[in-house]
Parts: sequence; C-alpha cells; structure tokens
Amino acid sequence: MSSFTLLVTSAPYSVQSAYSAYRFAVAAVESTHLIKGIFFYQGGVLNGSSLQITPSDEFDLYTAWGELSQKYQVPLMVCVSAASKRGVTTAEDAQESDNPHFSLKAPFESVGLGELAILISSSDRLIQF
Amino acid sequence: MSQPSATIAIINKSPPYGCSNGQESLDMALALSNFAQDVSMFFIEDGVLQLLVSQDSTVIDAKAYYKTFAALEFYDIENIYVCKHSLLERGIKASQLCIPVTLVELEDLSKLLSKQQHMMSF
Repeated sequence: MSSFTLLVTSAPYSVQSAYSAYRFAVAAVESTHLIKGIFFYQGGVLNGSSLQITPSDEFDLYTAWGELSQKYQVPLMVCVSAASKRGVTTAEDAQESDNPHFSLKAPFESVGLGELAILISSSDRLIQF
Repeated sequence: MSQPSATIAIINKSPPYGCSNGQESLDMALALSNFAQDVSMFFIEDGVLQLLVSQDSTVIDAKAYYKTFAALEFYDIENIYVCKHSLLERGIKASQLCIPVTLVELEDLSKLLSKQQHMMSF
C-alpha cells in the first residue's frame, strides 16, 4: 500500500487535469492505496466552489469530489490565500469582509499551505495535476 | 510538529508576468520551508526570467514579487538552481540575476532532480 498527496493546480472544466486527479484518486482508493489528502492550489481552488452548476448531461465533478471524500474519508483542502483571490471564500471569511456571498463549504476545508507540508511529509508520493 | 522533513523540488518554468505561476510558486516555497521542509528551487526555460534584476512590474500594476527572492536565504532555502542553457538561449548573464544562484548544466538537472523525494512545477 502506498500513500499519496494530490496537488490540484488546475481549474475544473477548462482543462481535464482536475478530472484526471479525481480519476486517479478513485483508482487509488479502490485498489487499497491511501490518499492522505487532496490539496487545491492556484486555479485548482475553483474546484471547491459550491456555486458551480453543471449541466445535467455533463459529469458533475464538484459532487463527485464530495462523494469521494465522504466514502473514503479523503480530506479536500483548499488553500485560503489562493482561494480568496479567486472569489472562493467560506461563510466566515465572507462575513469578515462584509460580503454577503460565500462559496466554500464542507466537505471542502479552507486551510493554509502548512497543511500541504504536513500532507507531503507523511506521503510516499506527491502528484500534481 | 513531529512530521519528518521531506526534500521537495519546486520547478519554475513560467515567465514572471502573464500568469500567477511565479508568484504562487514563491509563496509555496516560503510556506513549505517555514513548515520545516527541505526546499530546492529550480529555474528553467522562461522561468529564468523571473530572476532578472531589472524588472518594473508597476507599469502593469503587478506586484514586484521578485523582490521577495532576496528573502529565500532567510527561509533557509539555499539550493537555487538555474539552467545555464536557458540563460544562454535568452542572452542573460548570471550577473543580471537578482540573487546568488547555482548555475547548472542541462545534463546535470535530471541528476539533481532525481535526488529529491517530491517535485512540483509551476
């Protein structure tokens, strides 16, 4: 059994990378490998936006991330500084900046880059998508 | 924190402006080092442009993040490798870079990278 940290730096839909990360994660957990966590950085933070509306005839990656996280206890971590700049904020952050809107909620978590350091140092492999 | 330290290579291939890669890569390097990871920075291809000393980002209202490269030594990031071939291709001399770096021959890059446990690229 190997342990992995996935680093997703690409936005969903625009390019296939985030979807590929999802497929890798599913394949890994289904073959009894361990995904320590999935860390979203740069444009990848948009994966955490709950405001995404996917057409009914297309794959709903946002819901799929949530199901993966719940079924296999995989943490979904979103970098707070990269996310704030891209309009992906938690209810708490929105309130603090007097903004009525927020888009980041469980099972996605808002974390600092230090969490990635902890994930990497406890994983056999880091894979970037 | 009881986590062991990992060796992590951060590869920079992008120019300083036009995308956020350079700035967000530097943020990443500083944060990982702050959390006791052993970070090495690699600059190849257009990534070498990030280190040019003569930059004026104010004309495009961009942050002069290149000034933060000087802080790398205070974060104990001492392994800063720059591809000699990429500098040559772009007519850049080592004296035009904003921080002291280690120049590396193209064929030695893979050797250095193979010593790292983890890698990410921007």
